[in-house]
Amino acid sequence: MKTFKRSSLMIFYLLALFLTIPKPAFAMHIMEGFLPAGWAAFWALATLPFLILGIRSLNKLSSYNPKIKMLLGLVGAFAFVLSALKIPSVTGSCSHPTGVGLGAIMFGPTVMTVLGIIVLLFQALLLAHGGLSTLGANAFSMAVAGPLVAYGIFKGTQKLGAPQWLSVFLGAGLGNLFTYVVTSVQLSLAFPSGTGGVMASFSKFASVFAVTQIPLAVSEGLLTVLVLNLLSTYAREELGQLHFSISPKEARL
Amino acid sequence: MSRTQTGHSNNFLMKNLLLLALVVALAVIPLFISKGADFGGADGKAEALISEINPGYTPWFESIWEPPSGEIESLLFAVQAALGAGVIGYCLGYFKGRKKRGD
Repeated sequence: MKTFKRSSLMIFYLLALFLTIPKPAFAMHIMEGFLPAGWAAFWALATLPFLILGIRSLNKLSSYNPKIKMLLGLVGAFAFVLSALKIPSVTGSCSHPTGVGLGAIMFGPTVMTVLGIIVLLFQALLLAHGGLSTLGANAFSMAVAGPLVAYGIFKGTQKLGAPQWLSVFLGAGLGNLFTYVVTSVQLSLAFPSGTGGVMASFSKFASVFAVTQIPLAVSEGLLTVLVLNLLSTYAREELGQLHFSISPKEARL
Repeated sequence: MSRTQTGHSNNFLMKNLLLLALVVALAVIPLFISKGADFGGADGKAEALISEINPGYTPWFESIWEPPSGEIESLLFAVQAALGAGVIGYCLGYFKGRKKRGD
């Protein structure tokens, strides 16, 4: 009787444990093991050249003065903070900003490939958020495509004569949004719908992410403007030294 | 500090505070708009979609380590945010202090 009681307690305990253990969430990144091996390898290879370029430009930056390195730490920390903040959105689900736009605008997109991968590794190893097998794919969306779009939009709108704060806002916001477009593409390529193929899958996956992501993209844009506002007041000299320099005077809102 | 300078820095502060307020509003408003929603991650939904499109798919790789509980997971998320915020605060504080000294 006693052993029966004990074993039923044990079963109850295991059941409770099973129910309360968080299921691996793939939130905004693709969850561990959820991309077929072929695609996982494909995206890892696609990320590799950007990673190499990024390491090169980081090496170049290290010859600059130590204050520039401090700014580098700041943009890395910005991505670190923002990707930890899961924020509620209008759709009734949560998602998080990526924070890679700031660094892409200041240092160029490939530098953020390196820093973004560090953030993704941290989350994959310690938080079971994203994963090692899907690191390449997640890196491609968040640390390659997002920064490229942020940088491109920033430069493009600058050429068109937009005020600098607007370019920063649009660059960071659209970079964030595009990250999730790429995630949706990756998922729909790996899981084409039986009836409508890749396109049908894409519209399904995109509808999960897109609306949720819009307010977060706006938030990310606003926060990026805020930080550049502060930097262009306090670190004007360093911003002027950057290769991808923005004119510090105009950067202020 | 001259009068115009004070006016200018007040303006600067106001704009930055306004930006922060907007970000907070964007996070708070959804709580009222979608009352009663579960506010889970967009994750679960996408996961459900995968099994809908391809019911036979099973993940081929498992996380090496998972936070043993929701509390520990949120602890680690908080640590991540705190570390980042610390570095940002240190850098901004450094630059601000330097500018003040230089003025």
